[in-house]
Amino acid sequence: MSEENNESIIESSIKRKYKLQAKDVKVWYSDFMAIKGVSMDIKANKVTAFIGPSGCGKSTFLRLFNRMNDYVDDFKMGGDINIDGKDIYDKNINVELLRKQVGMVFQKPNPFPKSIFENVAYGLKIQGLKDKAFLQERVESSLKQVALWSEVKDDLNKSALALSGGQQQRLCIARTLAVEPSIILMDEPTSALDPISTAKIEELIYKLKDKYTIVIVTHNMQQASRISDNTAFFYLGELIEYDKTNKIFTNPEKKQTENYITGRFG
Amino acid sequence: MNNIKKNRLKDQAFKIWGIACTLLGLVLLAIFIGNILIDGILRIDWEFVMNLPSRHAEESGIYTALMGSIWVLLLTTLIALPIGIAAAIYLEEYSKKNKLSTILEVNISNLAGVPSIIYGLLGLEVFVRIMEMGASVLAGSCTLALLILPIVIVSTREAIKAVPKSIRDASFAMGASKWQTVYHQLLPASFGGILTGIILALSRAVGETAPLIVIGALAYVPFAPSSPMDEFSVLPIQIFNWITRPQHGFVENAAAAIIILLLITFVMNGIAVYFRNKWQKKFK
Repeated sequence: MSEENNESIIESSIKRKYKLQAKDVKVWYSDFMAIKGVSMDIKANKVTAFIGPSGCGKSTFLRLFNRMNDYVDDFKMGGDINIDGKDIYDKNINVELLRKQVGMVFQKPNPFPKSIFENVAYGLKIQGLKDKAFLQERVESSLKQVALWSEVKDDLNKSALALSGGQQQRLCIARTLAVEPSIILMDEPTSALDPISTAKIEELIYKLKDKYTIVIVTHNMQQASRISDNTAFFYLGELIEYDKTNKIFTNPEKKQTENYITGRFG
Repeated sequence: MNNIKKNRLKDQAFKIWGIACTLLGLVLLAIFIGNILIDGILRIDWEFVMNLPSRHAEESGIYTALMGSIWVLLLTTLIALPIGIAAAIYLEEYSKKNKLSTILEVNISNLAGVPSIIYGLLGLEVFVRIMEMGASVLAGSCTLALLILPIVIVSTREAIKAVPKSIRDASFAMGASKWQTVYHQLLPASFGGILTGIILALSRAVGETAPLIVIGALAYVPFAPSSPMDEFSVLPIQIFNWITRPQHGFVENAAAAIIILLLITFVMNGIAVYFRNKWQKKFK
């Protein structure tokens, strides 16, 4: 008994070097195998980019980390995903709690059809936090972190749907930050935005990595090379190459990676 | 050249035929309403609304039937609303997509097509006899609630389904449970659509006659109901009763009551359309 205990302590301390770990992860949608055995370790306080052609499984893989695939019919999964050394697909895991720790920003800005304030306060309110001063303060600090505060501070009660696309996406990031996650997953967060809004979000991502571990799926190669520390290239459900971003973009090991990055396919 | 002309002619011909078909229903309705208005509009005054039924056509009014209709409408809403919405939420958000849920769905649609008199027989057996409610407002309301339940369920499901998936995603990703997502996001966002469906269902209920006759609602009730267990009449039954009388005065009464019943349904439908438009704007 004690031996087993010791081992798990050692094991988890090794795991702590990495925020997220995937071990031989496989995903099926009924008979279709979307992820074919992917293992990777993601470091804390880094930006990790997933790139690859459409349908390569990168978004599916990203959504495993906050269990958003659970709602997909016929979703089946094999392998392990650990966060801080804990198996998040364990039966005893509270999925709602997991999602407070692992925030997510989506491809299309998806604010709730409510006021700006209500949007940012939503995550806190559903946790049962009601103290007005506290909510006010957290909303303000979250909006400041995404540099939206000065633009909306007089309109907190206005509908979030009245904001521009770029502002909406920053609001969605603020909403995620408000519950103080440690990991933020971003699924092509700028693909629906204009270049100026995109630049603002990229700047924001760069700033946020001091406090958060960020995993971002992107179709934009320049974006991956600009903002990420590590890059993973997926193709047909497999992880082809995973390395320092610099290395992937200047001197990739695999021919397939090079072909994709130079625009020869995908 | 000739061919093009021919096609254009056919096009024109179909257009005119289409307009004629569209107008057919409307024109018939207009003729009917015109007829009724001529017969009944002069009969409507405050006394007609406030008088109790009587043997004499010119003294009788619709007060008891109108109050009965309002009682039935309110109780039906109270019964059908929570049950229908809960069932719709379950089917749309909770139930797994399998054989059982398919069977449930198909049969709810089937229920919507069952003739209303069958619901009357069901109400007579279950509510009036087994549950010993008698021919009361409550029994009538339970019966009508069953009758409109399928409509409420189907329209509520449609309204919930129309909420963009991105809203669900966002809510779940924030750590909300299913119930929190339903309560804080889906219900408020689909409120207008749900309301529209319910009002349309109720405007059908207010015009139902057959099932209420079967459970024993009376044509002549001396007093307006004052509790759910009282006997009652409703407007359509009152109309039916007056039409069967030989004296001309009662025909006038029937026409006047029809005008009021139509007014109620038109207003309810109007409110439904208003909410639908308001709700659609919110999401665009």
